Amino acid sequence: MLSLKNISVKYGSFTAIQDVNIEVNEGEIVVLLGSNGAGKSTTFRTISGLSKPATGELLFEGKKVNKTSADQMVKLGIGQCPEGRKLFPAMTVQENLKMGSYIHRRKKEEIKHLLEHVYELFPILKEKRNDAAGSLSGGQQQMLAIGRALMSKPKLMLLDEPSVGLAPLIVEQMFGVIQKINNEGTTILLAEQNANAALKIADKGYVFENGSIVLQGTSEELFANDEVRKAYIGA
Amino acid sequence: MAKIFKQRNMISLLIVVAVLFPLITNNTYYVHVMTLSFIWMIGVYGLNLLAGYTGYLSLAHAGFFAIGAYSIGILTVKAGMNFWGAFILSLLITCVIGLVVGLIAFRTKEHFFAIYTLCLGYILYLIIDKWDSLTEGVRGLIGIPAPASIGPIKFETEISHYYLVLFFLLLVVLIMYRIIHSLTGRTYIAIRNSEDLAKTIGISTMKNKLTVFVLSTFFAGLSGALYASFVRFIGPDIGAISITFDLLTYLLVGGIGTLSGPLVGTTLIVWLSQQLQGFQEYRMLIFGPVLTLLVIFYPRGIVGAVSSWYTKLISKKDHQRILRPTKVRSGASIEAEKEVKEG
Repeated sequence: MLSLKNISVKYGSFTAIQDVNIEVNEGEIVVLLGSNGAGKSTTFRTISGLSKPATGELLFEGKKVNKTSADQMVKLGIGQCPEGRKLFPAMTVQENLKMGSYIHRRKKEEIKHLLEHVYELFPILKEKRNDAAGSLSGGQQQMLAIGRALMSKPKLMLLDEPSVGLAPLIVEQMFGVIQKINNEGTTILLAEQNANAALKIADKGYVFENGSIVLQGTSEELFANDEVRKAYIGA
Repeated sequence: MAKIFKQRNMISLLIVVAVLFPLITNNTYYVHVMTLSFIWMIGVYGLNLLAGYTGYLSLAHAGFFAIGAYSIGILTVKAGMNFWGAFILSLLITCVIGLVVGLIAFRTKEHFFAIYTLCLGYILYLIIDKWDSLTEGVRGLIGIPAPASIGPIKFETEISHYYLVLFFLLLVVLIMYRIIHSLTGRTYIAIRNSEDLAKTIGISTMKNKLTVFVLSTFFAGLSGALYASFVRFIGPDIGAISITFDLLTYLLVGGIGTLSGPLVGTTLIVWLSQQLQGFQEYRMLIFGPVLTLLVIFYPRGIVGAVSSWYTKLISKKDHQRILRPTKVRSGASIEAEKEVKEG
């Protein structure tokens, strides 16, 4: 579905990621592990079209999308839930969600269904639909960010560190929902530092260090790997 | 009590006051000043849509104001076109120039956009000032006709002119209201929030920014065309950068990014300037510090300050309403406890 072939991205003379190869197949949950500054977010920015690769090939459903703009990427079916729960704080929960289905703005009925679906996944959002997004708690904001990404009906959803700064119980819930979204047919690419929770639901993973992939394998392989356990699981 | 201050009632009241204003006051000078401030308000709304809602501060606004004014002036005085034809054409000219300028300007962002448009505004001023054969240069354009009559409605008197401008102002406010309370308006706010975020939910930021820019120049052009037909004489000064800063001051004082900010700010400052005319340029000694303090303490102007104060009041009331039943409950439980102990 999505493949990155020898992708390098530069910010000026600084190389943020180098020779990155990633393969995401339809229906999978793929996780990118790595500490802060390892290159996960740059990889996401590249896939979503915000940063352009200096070298390499970016393919989505067999088509080369190296130079496709970010808004076109959404139309192709890549939805992004950015890091740090970026919402429109002054808008209500429902308005935020409706912004998510911007590309379907003329299909009123479809938006209604999508909205119902999101409210089914996160009942708390329905309860708070008329509250300003900025007034929600961290966990609720994350739910809203995921919900908003779902509103574009993506084929592939990019989730950038959805567990950061959340209580363990909420993290567990969040990963439960992510798995549910995946079961409904959305492919998921996840960037995480919480390897323990992420590998439990993922099919395979890539480990980033200093802008390159240093390790890759199925989640069982990574779970069994001593270095991964030491660095990210703490066991 | 709060019901009386409902938005709809307040708007109706304001419209009634505006309609009755010339009948209440017999002073034509007051009507003149009010008409001028209505014209400025239309221009300020254009600036508000771009700078307030979309987050792009254009300092070429007076340039587009002048393009609107000079277009109608040249078309009527020099080309001898009929008034309303020239009026519509002048708006079109402003929009087309706005589109071309926007295409280049949006290659820059934030401060660079402001600096670019500042330079552009000055270039527009210079063109008007120096292109003698077209604009009559520093001599200015004299004898711009008043709006031609539409059927039985004539625009010869000061008061009829007042109502014409008021009509356009109400139309502009209505258009703004519709834009802001629609997905289009929220799209602009999304761009102001974060362009990257807007892009990742599928918004074509370039297309939307261009639309806003053209719309904003349309309002500036409309305001300029009305100004030219009202004052009947225009000079290159109307394109000067100081006019842009005047408009920006009205917006900042009233409330940038608020719907009623342009109305409040313009009315207040225009009338205050009239009252302080005796001080001449020393007025700025008052305006300067007041504006600085306002921007520091109330970045969303008077309207922003009032609305945040109102929201606080409402939430305080709600909070009290939530607290009250719990107090009652806790009182009851204390009594129940007593009974248990005594029993």
